[in-house]
Amino acid sequence: MNHYPLRWAGNTTRKIKQKGNITLSDFDAIIVGGGLAGLTTAYLLAKEGAEVLLIERGNFAGAKNMTGGRIYSHSLEKIIPDFAGEAPVERRITREKISLLTEDSGVTVDYASPGLAVQGQDSYSVLRADFDQWLAGKAEEAGAQMVTGIKVDDILLENGQVRGIIAGGDEMAADVTVLADGVNSLLAQKMGFREELPPNQVAVGVKEIIELPAAVIEDRFQCHGGEGTAWLFAGQPSGGKVGGGFLYTNKTSVSLGVVCTLSDLITGAATLPQLLENFKNHPSVAPLVTGGKMIEYSAHLVPEGGLTMLPQLFGAGVLVTGDAAGFCLNLGYMVRGMDLAIGSGECAARAIMAAKREGDFSAESLSRYKTALDESFIMAEMNLYKKFPHFMENTPRIFAGYPEMASDLMAQLFIVSGQQSQPLYKKAGSSMKTVGALNLILDALKGVRSL
Amino acid sequence: MSTVNVDEKLGVNKFHVDEGNAHIVLKDGPDLAEYHKLFLACPAGLYKIDDSGVLRFDYAGCLECGTCRVLCGKTILDKWEFPNGGMGVEFRYG
Repeated sequence: MNHYPLRWAGNTTRKIKQKGNITLSDFDAIIVGGGLAGLTTAYLLAKEGAEVLLIERGNFAGAKNMTGGRIYSHSLEKIIPDFAGEAPVERRITREKISLLTEDSGVTVDYASPGLAVQGQDSYSVLRADFDQWLAGKAEEAGAQMVTGIKVDDILLENGQVRGIIAGGDEMAADVTVLADGVNSLLAQKMGFREELPPNQVAVGVKEIIELPAAVIEDRFQCHGGEGTAWLFAGQPSGGKVGGGFLYTNKTSVSLGVVCTLSDLITGAATLPQLLENFKNHPSVAPLVTGGKMIEYSAHLVPEGGLTMLPQLFGAGVLVTGDAAGFCLNLGYMVRGMDLAIGSGECAARAIMAAKREGDFSAESLSRYKTALDESFIMAEMNLYKKFPHFMENTPRIFAGYPEMASDLMAQLFIVSGQQSQPLYKKAGSSMKTVGALNLILDALKGVRSL
Repeated sequence: MSTVNVDEKLGVNKFHVDEGNAHIVLKDGPDLAEYHKLFLACPAGLYKIDDSGVLRFDYAGCLECGTCRVLCGKTILDKWEFPNGGMGVEFRYG
């Protein structure tokens, strides 16, 4: 077993306990994982004067983190008002686009509105290496201790109570351990809080970051300085499988990627990297990124099962937050994870402070976390959209069928061959024939009901 | 359509490869149907099948997404762990 030197600032008033002596805790809380959920909890606890240790396996907070992506500001705005003024956000998103792509054509909806730019209900494209390091800096400033480059191997259990963690053979004790270790939370699996992730409830996202000058981005995506576009694509990007493509504009780069549900991806013909390559070469996409230089290639799993895939969220001395808890919403036209991670991190901090005041870290005491989640936007949204993952999975026409139908209808509207034209109702009727009018109506009803 | 060269893409990334300490171990003589799932789904294209049908897998270049564990952790993988602290991919942008 490898032993790593555990180093931190050493400004804690409490001493690190000897091995085997874990009756007293070294920390009020140990947080596993320096993503947005864990960093939020660390920041809020430290601000309240709690002794917090955050352990991150990467060489810095954010080193292992990846997003599409954009963050909806509301939950962080509540914790750090005006955060976008100081945080390394990329662009405020003021233009939303959705495209249905066939192999060679595209139909696009384009929405731009000042409403997208109102503080507190706005959203920003971000790159996580920078963004997470900024939040880590805030947490450290508030007094949280950070250890990076250390992997937590196991949970320290004593009579069913979680007492801390084991890393590189060293034990560290805390009153509460927070599992904020991401979608692949092996610790939550080891604890029996969840089974292995089912392939129909997780998607894999793969992304290229393509560098382009700011002025080129603003021209190509019709945005003012500092503002940007979010763009989701259905159809061709996922090869007609459950999934889609995405594009987000950053300051001097574009994030371009494909997301596919695992269970469906493995029934296709193309590899995931090939799907991304095909998407990048699509005639509607290629001109947007031409001349750009690929500067990073990354991938990540996305928990997409919604409410049905939530694990056990708390136990004696332990809480599960963020992606580790499956807090993510994919509504097809919108993907949310980071705002939920931050919200769950806040709920965890509140529950830990209340438990600390009472000196009670039992499961019952920490059930405050679940109560806080229930009263927050998180469980409200997870409940509201609980049927949607099932709808997407069971409506293959969204990914293969409707893009072709939309394209066919547009072709009939816009392509002039010199032959006599058909009346509009006939044009629409013939486009719908492949899918079937009844399927169209049923899918629309099911879709609307699941939203 | 042009055929993708994933290795070239991985080449722009920053990796701290833990030489001689594989965090993913593939079983010997893996079931081909299972392997094919990983051939399709691994975003880093690490589960290769060459022209003569020979399987080649290398953990270097892993993006640590977990796809192979979710799909085949119970079938053709002997081990899936995170790389040791500080090792593996390091996203400079993310």
